[in-house]
Amino acid sequence: MPVTVLIPTPLRQYTGKKESVVVEATTVGEALQKLTSDYGDLRRHLFTDEGKLRNFVNVYLGDEDIRFLQKEQTPLRDQDVLSIVPSIAGGMDLCCICS
Amino acid sequence: MGLKIRQPAIDAVRQHGARDYPNECCGILLGAASGMEKQVREAVPLKNLRTDPEMGQKLLPLNSPAMESERNRFLIDPREQIRVEKEARARGLEVLGFYHSHPDYPARPSKYDLEHAWPWYSYIILSVERGQPADLTSWVLADDRERFDPEEMEVLNPEDRCGIQ
Repeated sequence: MPVTVLIPTPLRQYTGKKESVVVEATTVGEALQKLTSDYGDLRRHLFTDEGKLRNFVNVYLGDEDIRFLQKEQTPLRDQDVLSIVPSIAGGMDLCCICS
Repeated sequence: MGLKIRQPAIDAVRQHGARDYPNECCGILLGAASGMEKQVREAVPLKNLRTDPEMGQKLLPLNSPAMESERNRFLIDPREQIRVEKEARARGLEVLGFYHSHPDYPARPSKYDLEHAWPWYSYIILSVERGQPADLTSWVLADDRERFDPEEMEVLNPEDRCGIQ
C-alpha cells in the first residue's frame, strides 16, 4: 500500500530535491528498503555497512517514534506518513579529554 | 562554499558554551539557504539530552555509559528539534545546522562527531577552555562520510542579504 516518506533537508540532495517520496510497503522496514532502493545514495546515510538502520536515524510513524512501536516491523496502513528525523549527536573522543 | 553568520548568533554560541561548561552545550542554527550557500541568522540553544541519561539511552544508547555523559557527549531531543523547526518554518527560517561545544578540547570534529553526522548541515564547534569560549569553527560532512570539510565563516551584517531572501 502506498505510504509517504518525508525526507529531511540534508537528504533531499539525494532524492532530486523531493521533500517526500511515495513507496509501496506493508512495514516500516520495507518502506525504508524501497526508499533506499529507489534512491541509492540515501543508503549510506541511513544504514550501516551491515545493513542496520543507523542509530542516529529517527523514524516516526505519524507522531510516534517507531522505537516505541514495533521498530522496523511496525505495520503500515494505506496513506500512512513516515518521517525521517535526524538525531543530532556528537562529542569528544574519550581518549583526549585534557582536564 | 563558506558559511555566512550574524555576529549575534556567534555571540550566542560563545555565551552558551561558557554557561554550560564543563558540560557540552548544543543548539540549532537557523537562517536561509540557497543550494549549499547558507546564512545563519540565529543560534538557538537546546537542552543536551545527555543530562537525562534514561531518555538519552532510549533514543541513542551510549557505548560506555560509565565514561560518557554530558561532560563529553551531546544529544538533541528530536521532539524539541521538531518543535523548533516547525516554529522556525512559521517565521520563514530553515534549519541550517547545529552547534556544540568541546570543553577543554580543540574545536575540531572528533571521530564520534563524524560517526553521527548528517550531510549538508553546517556543524559549528566551539572550544571552551577552562570556562572561556575560544576557537569557533564550522564543518560539513563529506559525501562519502569519511571526513568533515572545514567551512570558512564570514560575519554577516544584519542588512546584508547576499541574494538570499
